[in-house]
Amino acid sequence: MTDDAQKFISHLVANNRVMLFMKGNKMFPQCGFSAVVVEILKRHGVAFETFNVLQDAAVREGIKAFSSWPTIPQLYINGEFIGGCDIVREMDHSGELEAKLAAATTGASA
Amino acid sequence: MSGPIHAAIERKLAEALAPEHLEVLNQSSMHSVPKGSETHFKVVIVSPLFDGEPLVARHRRVNALLAEELRGGVHALSIEALTSAQWRARGGAVMSSPPCLGGSKSG
Repeated sequence: MTDDAQKFISHLVANNRVMLFMKGNKMFPQCGFSAVVVEILKRHGVAFETFNVLQDAAVREGIKAFSSWPTIPQLYINGEFIGGCDIVREMDHSGELEAKLAAATTGASA
Repeated sequence: MSGPIHAAIERKLAEALAPEHLEVLNQSSMHSVPKGSETHFKVVIVSPLFDGEPLVARHRRVNALLAEELRGGVHALSIEALTSAQWRARGGAVMSSPPCLGGSKSG
């Protein structure tokens, strides 16, 4: 991973309470797994930022190393790595996601 | 018939995680890849090793075991990693995978 990509990713994660690395964007997800996470976040009504890894090969590879996680999408809340689509879905079902989002968006640290 | 990658995924998970239940599904046909591809997989695994482990840790175990496949041709791996109690509570039901939206063509 290049230092530039690592710095860029760190910056995105540190400066956005809910940060999603995905394929495509909120309007036009280009992967079913990314689309599921976008839908879940929208349903919770929280502000979130996305980065389209298809537009940047360095970030696409860099985020895998950054998180030690081999697949996209990847969700960060309050700087904490949450997981990919499967984990977000399960945490949505269990109510854990709502708790994390609430803590992040009200300013408390999760 | 399952391909060589499919078989390798099954073997590696079965050997390392002593699963009570293991399903490896090749879902490549749901995506825009050639027939017979081994690119998109779903794993449903129930293992006593997951007891007390958070989801991220369970997924990391599976990802690490399949690192070779993920560096190679496999670029989508959906994982349901459950404890025995969770599997029983769920009555053995598996979540459905989302439809493809075309992104695999560009990567």
